[in-house]
Amino acid sequence: MKGVGVSPGIAIGRAFVIKKNAPATNGIVLKSQAEIAAEIDRFDSSVVNALGEIDAIKNSSQLMLTDDDIAILETQVELINDPQIREDVVAKIETEKKTANDALIEITAGIVALFESMDDEYMRARSSDFQDIGNRILKYINRTGDINARSFQPDTIVIADDLTPSDTITLDLNLVTGFATQAGSRTSHAAIIAKSKGLPAVVACGDELMTINHNDFIILDGLSGLVYVNPGEEIISRYSAKSASFRQQAEVLKEVKDKPAITADGKRVTLFANISSAEDLDMVHDNGGEGVGLFRTEMLFMDRDTFPDEEEQFGFYKKAVLQAKGKPIIIRTIDIGGDKHLSYFNLLPELNPFLGYRAIRISLDQEGLFMVQLKAILRASAFGPVSIMFPMISNVKEIRDAKLVLNKAKTALIEAGIAFSDDVKVGMMIEIPSAAVTADILAKEVDFFSIGTNDLCQYTLAVDRMNEKITHLYDPFNPGVLRLILNVIEQGREHNIHVGMCGEMASDPLATLLLLGMGLAEFSMSAASIPTIKNIMINNTEVRAKQVCRQVMAMDSSDKIIAYLKEITQ
Amino acid sequence: MITKHYVITSVQGMHARPATQLVKLAKGFKATTSLKKGDKTVKLNSLLNILSLSIKGGETVSVIIDGEDEVSAAVIIDDFFTKQLKEL
Repeated sequence: MKGVGVSPGIAIGRAFVIKKNAPATNGIVLKSQAEIAAEIDRFDSSVVNALGEIDAIKNSSQLMLTDDDIAILETQVELINDPQIREDVVAKIETEKKTANDALIEITAGIVALFESMDDEYMRARSSDFQDIGNRILKYINRTGDINARSFQPDTIVIADDLTPSDTITLDLNLVTGFATQAGSRTSHAAIIAKSKGLPAVVACGDELMTINHNDFIILDGLSGLVYVNPGEEIISRYSAKSASFRQQAEVLKEVKDKPAITADGKRVTLFANISSAEDLDMVHDNGGEGVGLFRTEMLFMDRDTFPDEEEQFGFYKKAVLQAKGKPIIIRTIDIGGDKHLSYFNLLPELNPFLGYRAIRISLDQEGLFMVQLKAILRASAFGPVSIMFPMISNVKEIRDAKLVLNKAKTALIEAGIAFSDDVKVGMMIEIPSAAVTADILAKEVDFFSIGTNDLCQYTLAVDRMNEKITHLYDPFNPGVLRLILNVIEQGREHNIHVGMCGEMASDPLATLLLLGMGLAEFSMSAASIPTIKNIMINNTEVRAKQVCRQVMAMDSSDKIIAYLKEITQ
Repeated sequence: MITKHYVITSVQGMHARPATQLVKLAKGFKATTSLKKGDKTVKLNSLLNILSLSIKGGETVSVIIDGEDEVSAAVIIDDFFTKQLKEL
């Protein structure tokens, strides 16, 4: 069966199925004031017991709780103690003459439904926290024993409908090699815990997951999201090998983490990460990223009702700059339009949105909004090394106009006496074929280029990357695309400006040697890919990379190119 | 009675962790404290009620403080919204 892989790795082991008995109402109608008072008492004392249980967890020396664990428990304390929940339960007992059990089940169901219907993914994921709270109190109302006492055999794979905060804190995860849940999402508690503990995990497997029995033999692939139940010999041996190489790979990658990216013959390459918010920087540091080659700013503008003002934007950029701890950050100005829309900004439907009103075209058209963003970015530059990058430049006028607005923003800050760095580098994305072809002209305007291969590929090949029918035509190894990339890198070198790449291709191990051979100075990718790419650099030479580049550039089709690159990457 | 308006500056909005801190603060005052977003007002002593407002980054909320220690309570609440919230 298949779910959503949320934490990579292979887990092989025996299933331990956690089935929570769904709470059931008893339908009893209370007959007297004395019974009503007794049920309210029962609820109150169950709350006290549930709080005691949390206290015991908090004070347990064996569990070695982290600050995050403590914060989760404190939230639970407040929820168990919540005056609104008590008020609602007591009202149900008094007016509808229900038992504490039934009243709490109904109130909990209402809260869970309310949170499940929210438009915010984080808040939706909280519904399982409220179910957890309800169950905790219910357990004492009905005095069923302790569900937390669980001991595992080595190599246990936990199978559950969902894992709540109290489950994951009290489970002894040392002997658990992975887990799969029926419900959940990338942001649910189970997924977050799995990633932080480095355990392979698959969520959202659906009802089929609960057909698994205790001690079934399970293989779980936390990358693809596949879960095998009692698989045959062939699958077992295939995954055993995969698991061993994954572990070996992980060891190797851990070793390269703190090494610089230098080829065996001494060529130094910069490995940057792409991020969307300050929170992503932990991963960047963990994986040995040397800085940020692309800070997408769209996240700040999405899922809200109005444009963020200068203060708020400044706070967002400054947080990332501080979190980068002195490493350089390239901030890209807003890239909305295309497939990204803002509810509060009236973008009319377009026939060809990717060829339409988007990115720098909007910024130059709405100079007021552009100024706000540029001022906020400049202000953040007072806190660490910041560069500004403009997206979707197609001609020299656009980059000149963008720089004019940037100068206006600087003047405004100077006049207001607000500090910013006097060493903010200015660069542009190369993602439109005309920009790639005229790299020699544009190079005179900027301090650096960053090649965006996703859009460059779609525009060069006239392939909409959202159209599933033509995905086979979306091909970054097409000789046409490669010639454009090579031209950009060569023109950058000719004019002495820095050239990086922040598209998918930078993280593709097949392309690493080719790009290195072309002379690419900076590779920017998702943080998790950095060790893999670095490992390839360390184990190769620039001389070999140049040979690879010569060979590839002489080939006439991407089939040949890909076959050749696969052969030499083995 | 004191009424204060705040723009939520943390990107994630009023998540469980900061909301828990806020409830703990509010429980320490003698004054009654409430939180208002749009036309909904809830008491600050209930985490459930705060979370049910689903407050996101960039949204504006009002805090209403009413009671004998309202002045000192307002200072503490001010500190929470302008400083602590960013770090939680």
